[in-house]
Amino acid sequence: MLSRLLPHPFLTALLAIVWSLLVNEIKLGTIVFGVFLGLLIPIATAAYWPNRPPVGRPVKLFSYMMIVVWDILVANVVVAMIVLFKSNKDMRPKWVVIPLELRTPEAITMLAGTITLTPGTVSADLSEDGKALLVHALDAENADDVCADIKHRYERRLKEIFE
Amino acid sequence: MSELGILLEIAISALLICGAFFTLVGSIGLIKLDNCMSRLHAPTKASTLGVGSLLLASMIYAFMTGEGSVHEVLVMAFLFVTAPISGNFIAKVNLHRGRGTDALQPVPSDQVWGTYSEK
Repeated sequence: MLSRLLPHPFLTALLAIVWSLLVNEIKLGTIVFGVFLGLLIPIATAAYWPNRPPVGRPVKLFSYMMIVVWDILVANVVVAMIVLFKSNKDMRPKWVVIPLELRTPEAITMLAGTITLTPGTVSADLSEDGKALLVHALDAENADDVCADIKHRYERRLKEIFE
Repeated sequence: MSELGILLEIAISALLICGAFFTLVGSIGLIKLDNCMSRLHAPTKASTLGVGSLLLASMIYAFMTGEGSVHEVLVMAFLFVTAPISGNFIAKVNLHRGRGTDALQPVPSDQVWGTYSEK
C-alpha cells in the first residue's frame, strides 16, 4: 500500500525541494504544494518507469556527490593548466575502454555523467551490449591507469549504492 | 560600511574574477586545442566552475542586499545534470563523422559501440 502511494520517495523529496527553490520562498503553502506535486508526479509517471533501482544507501549517495563536487573543482584547475600551459603536440589524447561491472542503466548513466564532469575525461559512447564504456581522455600517459582510476574511484562506489 | 560587508564584497569580487577566468580558459581551449574530441574537454569542464563561481557570487550578493535568492542552486543543479548530456551528443556526432575511417580511433574489435550499431 505504501509503495503504491509513494512509488519513489526520493523523487517525492526532490520534487518538493525543487518546487520550493523555484518559488524562492519558504512558506507553509509552498511546501504543502511542493509535497503535493511530489506525491502526484511519481504516481502519474510510475507506469513509464518500471524496474526502478532502489537507492539502498542514501548516505553513501550523498558522500559520493561530495566526492564528485570536489573532483570537479580539481578537474577544472587541472584542465585549465593543461589548456594554458601545454602545447598541442605534447598533449596525449587517448581513447579509453572501460569494461563495466555495473548493470543498472541508472547507475551507468550516473557513471557516464561523472566521468564527463571530472578530470580530463569525457564519456563518448556505450557498447551495444552495455558492457563497456568508451571514454576520451584529454591528456593521459597510460589508458590503463585512467581506467583503473575510474573503476576504483567511481564505479566501486556506485556499485555499493545501486547494486 | 560594516566590516562584514567589506569582507563579503571581497568574496564576491574574488568569485567573479575566478568565474571570469575559468570561462575565459574554456573559450581559449575551444580555440587552441587541435581536434574535435579534445576541444570538447575545455567547455564541458572549465565552464562548470566558471558558471558555478558566478552563480555563487550572485547568491552572496542577493543575501547581502537582503533579498535572499536560492534560484542559483537550481541553475547549478540543472547545469551539472545537462552538461554531460550535451557533451555526450557532441562526442557521438564526432564518432559518426569518423565512421568508416580510422581517423578518430580504433574501436576494439570484440565490441560494437552503440553509435555504430546496425540494429
